[in-house]
Amino acid sequence: MSNNPLKRLSFAAFALLLLAGLLASGCATAPAPAEAPAKSEVPTPADTAEQPKDPNDAYLSTYKPLPSSPVLITNATILTAAGDRIEGGSILLQDGRIAAVGRGVQAPAGAITVDATGKWVTPGLIDAHSHLGVYPSPGDDANADGNEMTNPVTAEVWAEHSVWPQDPQFPLSLAGGVTAMLILPGSANLIGGRSVTVKNLPAQHVNQMKFPDAPYGLKMACGENPKRVYGEKGRAPSTRMGNVAGYRRAWIDAGEYRRQWNEHRERQSRKKESQDQDQAQGAPAGGDRTPVRDLSKETLAGVLDGEILVQNHCYRADEMLTMIDIAREFGYKITTFHHAVEAYKIADVLAREGICSAIWADSWGFKMEALDGIVENAAILQKAGACVVIHSDSAQVIQRLNQEAGKAMGAGLRMGLDLRAEDVIRWITINPAKSMGIDDQTGSLEVGKMADVVVWSGDPFSVYSRAEKVYIDGGLAYDRNDPSKRPRTDFELGLVELEDAGGER
Amino acid sequence: MRMMKAFLLLLALPAAVMSAERAETVAITGGRVVTLGPAGTIDGGTVLIQDGKVRAVGRDVAIPSGARRIDATGKVVTPGFMDSLARLGLVEVAAVEETVDTRTQNDQITAAFNVADAINPRSILIKTNRVEGLTRAVIAPAPGSSLIAGQGVVIHLGGPEDFLLRSPVAMYGVLGANGRNFGGGSRAAALLRLREILHDAREYAKNRSAYEQGETRDLAVSRLDLEALQPVVRGELPLVLAVNRASDIQAALRLAKEEKLKLILAGAGEGWVVADEIAAAKVPVLITPLNNLPGSFDVLGATLENAARLHKAGVTFAFMSVAAHEAYSIRQQAGNAVAYGLPWDAAMAALTTVPARLWGIGDRYGSLEPGKDADVVVWTGDPLEVVSYPTEVFIRGTQVPIESRQLELRDRYKDVGSSVPPAYRNP
Repeated sequence: MSNNPLKRLSFAAFALLLLAGLLASGCATAPAPAEAPAKSEVPTPADTAEQPKDPNDAYLSTYKPLPSSPVLITNATILTAAGDRIEGGSILLQDGRIAAVGRGVQAPAGAITVDATGKWVTPGLIDAHSHLGVYPSPGDDANADGNEMTNPVTAEVWAEHSVWPQDPQFPLSLAGGVTAMLILPGSANLIGGRSVTVKNLPAQHVNQMKFPDAPYGLKMACGENPKRVYGEKGRAPSTRMGNVAGYRRAWIDAGEYRRQWNEHRERQSRKKESQDQDQAQGAPAGGDRTPVRDLSKETLAGVLDGEILVQNHCYRADEMLTMIDIAREFGYKITTFHHAVEAYKIADVLAREGICSAIWADSWGFKMEALDGIVENAAILQKAGACVVIHSDSAQVIQRLNQEAGKAMGAGLRMGLDLRAEDVIRWITINPAKSMGIDDQTGSLEVGKMADVVVWSGDPFSVYSRAEKVYIDGGLAYDRNDPSKRPRTDFELGLVELEDAGGER
Repeated sequence: MRMMKAFLLLLALPAAVMSAERAETVAITGGRVVTLGPAGTIDGGTVLIQDGKVRAVGRDVAIPSGARRIDATGKVVTPGFMDSLARLGLVEVAAVEETVDTRTQNDQITAAFNVADAINPRSILIKTNRVEGLTRAVIAPAPGSSLIAGQGVVIHLGGPEDFLLRSPVAMYGVLGANGRNFGGGSRAAALLRLREILHDAREYAKNRSAYEQGETRDLAVSRLDLEALQPVVRGELPLVLAVNRASDIQAALRLAKEEKLKLILAGAGEGWVVADEIAAAKVPVLITPLNNLPGSFDVLGATLENAARLHKAGVTFAFMSVAAHEAYSIRQQAGNAVAYGLPWDAAMAALTTVPARLWGIGDRYGSLEPGKDADVVVWTGDPLEVVSYPTEVFIRGTQVPIESRQLELRDRYKDVGSSVPPAYRNP
């Protein structure tokens, strides 16, 4: 999937590289960070000769950040999501990256200075569970493209091919400080398809939003939804044991498919070697039958190869444990349990397995498997040292991930835990980044990372605070105080004129 | 007017039997007391609770010697909050059908459908919500398949004893897109149908005996419904109509004026567009401030500023969750309304005194004033902040424990890695 050398380069090494550049240029004119060669660049002759072009490269990211000048935000309370809070801190955004963060950062010549006295700065918020674009507003059937409810295993579908970029919910989430999100297929199917990670910048096409080189995710779903949807159709699965049989069958098929392709590739490379020798001796080239591509199994094989991350909708503790068994049987890793309303019951296991729990603060009781949802879920997971992610799964909640985290923090305080803002901020920044495999790029305010930054009017966990400025890759994507910096989708044009009435949605 | 009084008397339920607990005398001292009453906000104030009532509020309250004292220093003391449209007690698990009693699908009897008989005051949701500071709620029916959904009631969350405070408190119906679907495929058809029902209710009242003898033409709805609609057509029982689109709101206002109805609007997503008309008609509005998505063509103008704009225009409004499990979230709703321009005091009023008056219990509830029921909540901080939580909750003078099924789950699992199987913990 990803051939980006940047991904291979450790983040620390990259930061050093950037720092070296900064020092060499005396901070004033830091060079652009070493950009990874874009996939669209002309491949080298060696590449074309040895690697058949990946047909999936047709769908690569064409994301381009907004144009930007260096920005120095000063006098802020900074939650970096990578350590302690910084009072009276500054942060320098330059060439799309975080160039410096701390106290007493000097502005390079030509930098825009933003005085953030009394304000707070955090990394851009990241939602690890969204359906924006695939379930847009208005919510008519004509626009509902999130669940391919025609087969319990639809690993072949890609959420990105349903994303409607004109969904007015995107700019609303941007106003809530969200700079990146994971857009998933729904949970009707055992295996629902590929998710897509996007930068929350308005675009004409989903490819222009795709987070460069983010790994793909695979949506899987436990429990009530698949068995209900297919049980009602009078077909398997109609039980939880049917669910499990369904996953296992799919993985067995995928394993076989992967074996065929691996053998084919091996034969090809062996043949190539002998061909080179044969050609040197003037012999004709031989043939090997290429396996037929199967989009569903190709995606599942990507999971078995460790390139696609498993994003598993699962509510009940016992079912999560079963899913861990299945992952063990087939040798893949579950990256995140989504919703995970009973994660607190197995917090120690999730900590040990290194599986994130992407959860609501307090959504519960809407179905049997959600009955044991408690607002202390996050706090208990945190106490156990597990990875906590507060997610939205909602176009409303995505506008207030900070408040949801605040609610979960309040519940933790009520049970006597010492939760600090600098801990809780991780639930909506670096932890979701980790659960999406982009934590080496974004999710915390560290030198060299993407300049995805929010300036809040106050403590982000206060109900009264609002995102005032949102930077994505250093570009000002949203400014609450400047209507020209509040993007509107095509859909919203000519409707009720909120802006004319002097306000915002 | 006399008829109105008679009607209210009819509604009044037998006076509550005073329990021993409610006779307890408690002094909550040292907190920032937000009375929502004439005493305003008192820093370092005392709230004295006696015989289930607020006995005194102020800075220099004489505390009887036997009183139990609660130190609320550094905390905020407020009245309990009221949700103006909830489904508490009507839903246990939304996807488990047999636990859901919010609506009737019987389109022959809708106006007579009263949720009171379905409410389960022992629902686990009651405790989950009251420990979050919610002490009263209007429980309303959901739309079934008819324009009229039925009758709602007022409850308190203090437990099964006398939980019903007013029944019925209002009649509920829908217009807008839902009304269109239920009323014949057009908004105009829905209004026509609603008018027909109201006219026939009047017709029925005029010719009851003829009706009983089968000497009238066929009337639009069943006898039970015609009967139930009488206080509505007399303008005594409020008709709560769920509408969002500005033009539908205007249609509802016209209907109410022509038919002399006591109208309340629920939803009003585009209420701000016609706020002046709503204010002029003196029609109260129930809103859910966080509904800002243009999620349907009825709410293309939805905005987080709706509450602030309605307030500015002088519209009376209260908050509704339209929820069961998270009905308490109205305080987060209120907090966000403040973030988007609503004065804090107005938000607090919309959680307490406004619904108290709107739902006819203003003499007993809504503010911390001597003589009113002691619904009192002690908060760790500003109650509209999501990180704040109640440390003490009193409902009608009884302190309810900070206990719920969910808190039991928390306590069972909070000690991560315990060697005792969970089923043996806090049994």
